Amino acid sequence: MNILTYLIPISLILGAVGLVAFIYTVKSNQYDDPEGDARRILSDDYDDKPKQ
Amino acid sequence: MTVPMRPSPSACPACAAAPAAEALAERALKPAQIALSLPTIHCSACISKIERGLNAHPGVRGARVNLTLKRASIDAAPEVSAEELRTLVEGLGFEAHELDGASLGATATGRAGRDLLMRLAVAGFASMNVMLLSVSVWSGAEDATRDMFHWISAAITLPAIAFSGQPFFRNAWAALSKGRLNMDVPITLAIVLAIFTSLWETVLSGEHAYFDAALALTFFLLAGRYLDHRTRAIARSAAEELTALEVPRATRLRDGVEAQVNIAELRLGDLILVRPGGRMPVDGEIVTGTSEIDRSLLTGETLPVFAGEGQAVSAGEVNLTGPLTIRATAVGADTSLHRMADLVAIAESGRSRYTSLADKAAKLYAPGVHILSALSFLGWYLYTWDMRTALNIAAAVLIITCPCALGLAVPAVTTAASGRLFRRGMLIKHETALERLAQVDTVVFDKTGTLTTGTPQLTNLAALPRRAVECALALAQGSSHPLARAITTAARDGGFAATQLSDVTEVPGYGTRGLWSGQEVRLGRASWTGATPLADTASFLKVGDQAPLAFIFADRLRPGAAEAVEALKSSGKTVILMSGDTTPAVEALALRLGIPHWVAEALPADKSARIQALSGEGAHVLMVGDGLNDTAALAAAHVSISPASALDAARVASDIVLLGNDLTPIAAACDTAQSATRRIRENFRIATIYNMIAVPLAVAGLATPLIAALAMSLSSITVSLNALRLR
Repeated sequence: MNILTYLIPISLILGAVGLVAFIYTVKSNQYDDPEGDARRILSDDYDDKPKQ
Repeated sequence: MTVPMRPSPSACPACAAAPAAEALAERALKPAQIALSLPTIHCSACISKIERGLNAHPGVRGARVNLTLKRASIDAAPEVSAEELRTLVEGLGFEAHELDGASLGATATGRAGRDLLMRLAVAGFASMNVMLLSVSVWSGAEDATRDMFHWISAAITLPAIAFSGQPFFRNAWAALSKGRLNMDVPITLAIVLAIFTSLWETVLSGEHAYFDAALALTFFLLAGRYLDHRTRAIARSAAEELTALEVPRATRLRDGVEAQVNIAELRLGDLILVRPGGRMPVDGEIVTGTSEIDRSLLTGETLPVFAGEGQAVSAGEVNLTGPLTIRATAVGADTSLHRMADLVAIAESGRSRYTSLADKAAKLYAPGVHILSALSFLGWYLYTWDMRTALNIAAAVLIITCPCALGLAVPAVTTAASGRLFRRGMLIKHETALERLAQVDTVVFDKTGTLTTGTPQLTNLAALPRRAVECALALAQGSSHPLARAITTAARDGGFAATQLSDVTEVPGYGTRGLWSGQEVRLGRASWTGATPLADTASFLKVGDQAPLAFIFADRLRPGAAEAVEALKSSGKTVILMSGDTTPAVEALALRLGIPHWVAEALPADKSARIQALSGEGAHVLMVGDGLNDTAALAAAHVSISPASALDAARVASDIVLLGNDLTPIAAACDTAQSATRRIRENFRIATIYNMIAVPLAVAGLATPLIAALAMSLSSITVSLNALRLR
């Protein structure tokens, strides 16, 4: 049962990493223009983050 | 169900983790200075072409195109005008319209949506982790291990619920403090009681804890709420864009200098210049200029009216031929446009009379659940004299009956139906509009601008001599008068070429004249060309001393008008035509479309009174109209539709906006609404059946957390799948 001491914190941390990543994407407006962002990868312009 | 607007989701865990993200979000939420609508963009080449073009402009600090919204937001120096950028984008080969930044309230809507999404994410994360621990407990973890799992679950659940459950807690508190019950009261009670008994059980090393159920409940209900919010946010942002396309600006003349000002800044006595094609911003009196004005949006009349010095004009009328200078006699809330809006406020009842299916269900449901839970608590307490058992069972009853499926039943169906109608070009603005549309048995149409496009069409081209048409084309092609434009279109389509004329001048308010091999030719009003006026809409051509020739026009039918009327009639609905136009015009259209009942020369108050009379007889009226004279009727009707070309006031008063030019979707929308309502009722029935099976188990004390979790997920998934069947 000692394995639980590692596994439970690991599962919680992995979940929390996912949650924080999701919240970051929401807060940095990454869902504002899904269609445009899908097409922007085809553009040659250097554009690695949304300009304001 | 209302979505609370919270200024900032500061309680979220990521703020501590990513402060930079918050600063970034703040900056991005600041509204851009200039917004342009770009209806024709569709690919990555369009995006980069427009962005490159805009960024090359010296005054532009940054430009970003949003393909989803088909909009560009531009951060520019204050001296750069929107008009300048609009021409720049048009020069690149794209259609562009200026949007009024003040009407685009997308920020507030976006924030509420983000807030819900964030809470949904936290609830989802927590419920998955707790479910993991619960599964271990259900599969046989014992003693110390079980207790530890329960404690970890509690440690995750408490903060997660405190954050995610806030919308429910706030709504429940708001209802309770007013002494009312809503769906959120049993939800809040179930969550709080579940956590309380679970904590108690955990402290006493008990066997059953409902942490996972409390979280799953919050997650499913938030999902329903988020769907609901999204559906309305899409409709709202599209409606806002329509409003923002009409930039409220006017040209004020002061000491001979023209200045562009906001309509709100106009004062009594100001001189305002209205160019041909422009709309009167305020009520006023014509000081200089002659022209013709189109009053169809105010009165429903198709024919333009002559306008000369000293004549009064009302806000909302459109100037057609010559520039006019008007002196403001009423501004802001005193204009006739606003007085018409007051009529709407009085008539506003069709909407508020209706109780939605969800509210009806909640009214039956909320007290029922409370009584059931209280009775099982009392029964078990009297039977065992054990507070812990009794409370546990009461909590189980509340969790099992909690309206998970009910909370999803309505939003899942409305989202599916609204999405389907949106793709067909209909915007559902009001949350109960679909349910009301399903009950419609009488459809009232306005004429000008709704069944007809309001643009005239030349009907007797074939009967006219070739040379006369060529001469009329030469006179008409330079004018922006609707009848002249109709002649130009018809003649060009018929393959006619304009004759050479000299000295062509437009006499605003009368017509156009020119010289043709020494003879004067005139195209215009009957009185100006010496002709006798006809009953039909007509324009006359006079060549020299010859007798004037009549060009006769009919109002063009909107595409799909005939099909929509036919489909509505064949599905057994009564169709009525109600217009402010003259009797012959209305009668002709009614005959052409086969509408048996019609009313002509109806004043705005008449229209709404007739609709109220129809409602009084028990009819459920759908009103379709576009003008200011229809607004009161639109508000009074059970449900209302207006085309996108309608005045802002009419669109605001209606529940559904038709985005395209075509009227055919109206009949289809009635069918979709009916099947959507059927699905909602089915979903309620599914939820009831599930309750009938699970509730006796809970009351008998046989429900374990596993059974609760299974039953809850099963019913929610069934309900969502049933909603998807609508497609």
